[in-house]
Amino acid sequence: MSNISIQSVRKVYPGGVEAIPGLSLEIEAGELCVLVGPSGCGKSTLLRMVAGLEELTEGEIHIAGRKVNNLEPAERDISMVFQNYALYPHMSVRQNMSYGLKNRGQKKDEITRRVAEAARILGLTDYLDRKPRQLSGGQRQRVAMGRAIVREPAAFLFDEPLSNLDAKLRVKTRVEIRDLQQRLATTAIYVTHDQQEAMTLADRLVVMNAGHIEQVGTPMEIYARPASLFVAEFIGSPPMNVIPAAAAPDLAGIANADADLRIGVRPEALRLVENGPLKLTVRVIERLGSTSNIHGVLPDGKTELIASIPGDSVPAPGETVAFEVDTMDLHFFDKQGKRVAT
Amino acid sequence: MRPKRVTFRHRWLPYALIAPQIVITIVFFLWPASQAIYQSVLRQDAFGLRTEFVGMANFERLFSDPLYLESFWTTIAFSALVASLSMGIALILAVMADRVIRTATAYRTLLIWPYAVAPAVAGVLWWFLFNPTIGIAAYAMDALGYDWNHYVKGSDAMALIVIASAWRQVSYNFLFFLAGLQAIPRSLTEAAAIDSAGPLRRFWTIQLPLLSPTVFFLIVVNVVYAFFETFGVVHATTSGGPGQATNILVYKVWRDAFEGLNLGSSAAQSVILMVIVIALTAIQFRYIERRVEY
Ligand SMILES: Nc1ncnc2c1ncn2[C@@H]1O[C@H](COP(=O)(O)OP(=O)(O)OP(=O)(O)O)[C@@H](O)[C@H]1O
Ligand SMILES: [Mg+2]
Repeated sequence: MSNISIQSVRKVYPGGVEAIPGLSLEIEAGELCVLVGPSGCGKSTLLRMVAGLEELTEGEIHIAGRKVNNLEPAERDISMVFQNYALYPHMSVRQNMSYGLKNRGQKKDEITRRVAEAARILGLTDYLDRKPRQLSGGQRQRVAMGRAIVREPAAFLFDEPLSNLDAKLRVKTRVEIRDLQQRLATTAIYVTHDQQEAMTLADRLVVMNAGHIEQVGTPMEIYARPASLFVAEFIGSPPMNVIPAAAAPDLAGIANADADLRIGVRPEALRLVENGPLKLTVRVIERLGSTSNIHGVLPDGKTELIASIPGDSVPAPGETVAFEVDTMDLHFFDKQGKRVAT
Repeated sequence: MRPKRVTFRHRWLPYALIAPQIVITIVFFLWPASQAIYQSVLRQDAFGLRTEFVGMANFERLFSDPLYLESFWTTIAFSALVASLSMGIALILAVMADRVIRTATAYRTLLIWPYAVAPAVAGVLWWFLFNPTIGIAAYAMDALGYDWNHYVKGSDAMALIVIASAWRQVSYNFLFFLAGLQAIPRSLTEAAAIDSAGPLRRFWTIQLPLLSPTVFFLIVVNVVYAFFETFGVVHATTSGGPGQATNILVYKVWRDAFEGLNLGSSAAQSVILMVIVIALTAIQFRYIERRVEY
């Protein structure tokens, strides 16, 4: 267990792309910290700087209290799981897992013991003598995990480790990763652009946008009190509705609201009622089994809204229905997209 | 995926399109090859007046001729040296370039220019450099205390044709090695770096094994080159000498025919060369068909 401290880190790629203008983040020992954000926001860049695969332009990174700026990746006591797994194609599963231990000069029986243990945990015992190309995508993913855990490092770094798996396997594997990380109690940084994966895995969630941090907090904190419009729209599925105050004058009873004020409402906070402040003309119904999503437009004709309601007694497309919402479920954002205290 | 099929409206058009290639193959390969086979079972007297059928006698004589066997060994040593020198240098250069070049760029194409230099021109170039009286390389070695003279010393002559032949192949090999190295996902070397493998260890345990198909392909290409395409280099530098020191098989074919006027033996030698090149090509095709096997 060890903590990772990222202090005022800046990254400019050769060629002048400023991927990260300046970012600080503290990751507690034993916690699983998820970096989430849209494509190109600098998640991989940050992770690769922690791994030592990318040099820092400015700032400092400390792992377990040790400044690692000038250390080689091998000296940082981390292990990394790559998006494409980066398994050595000419080596068997066993060789893949023992490669790092061998390079570190571990004793032979110690290597055998650790590889066998990791293979047992990950259910790879029967595949140890296969080559990566003889494995399914899910098995390859587990070999990549195995290669990371045999080293017993101070920290795991994951760069979108599940994005090459199908949806079902992704859900199953992310539970396994969570379980494994908790059992080993190893500090981990996990990069993903999938907000659902981020929510379910994280002890602490870091929402990134264009190289800076929008918000840090537990998944529930971020879900309940998004610090900005960006976070509000990024976290949660279906995404939060954003309504210009002018489009829903009856909502929240704000009489003379600022024209630039925007109101955020989660689709699941809306309740279908006989008479309510939000009148919606229904366009499309999405049935998801336990819930249904109602897509429609407000009376102003341009503001779209999604409501997520339980059950299947839903209105028909073309109907106009009314919704209400508790005042405490409303979020307010100013012109710059910052959260406004209420 | 279904194979793509192009349909021509005119029946004769496809034939017309490949006709030039067919003609070239017939005129410059099939016809001379058949002539060589035909000649290889004949014997002509010195004045070309009488020709008699001798069956396999030309071949039997060749394989009991110590000069021919010596030439065989010379050629094997020569091609092994050319292949290892040109591939070794190319690999070192490619590994260094791979660390700098992250993406394929157009200027890589320029690196193949030496390959466009005709063997004879390359030969003359090196002849000038190593000429014992006027060559700057010979002069430099003289200053270092080595008395270079490829007219007298067989090993010097061999070194000269090896260097001259290998030089031309380096660029070709380099391009293949570089392409092969760049095709290895960068995350593999990164994973190895995290797995505590230093640059040298990464090279031996990750990059080189993954490059083995390229290495094999280039060995065949370079051996074929050394066997068959180095006539110009030898002719322009050592002319097979001193003595038999650099008389490689292709050169001997020419020498025996046009200097020794032994057409039957020369034809038999070229038939043997032809068999070798067919065998090498067959090995290569079979291997390429089977694709990469780690
Ligand atoms: N080697 C590089 N050279 C120059 N610019 C780069 C390099 N790698 C990344 N960038 C740029 O830095 C920015 C951040 O890239 P990064 O790979 O960190 O994004 P990401 O958040 O991981 O995105 P994704 O979710 O698509 O993986 C992007 O604008 C990208 O174009
Ligand atoms: Mg990325």
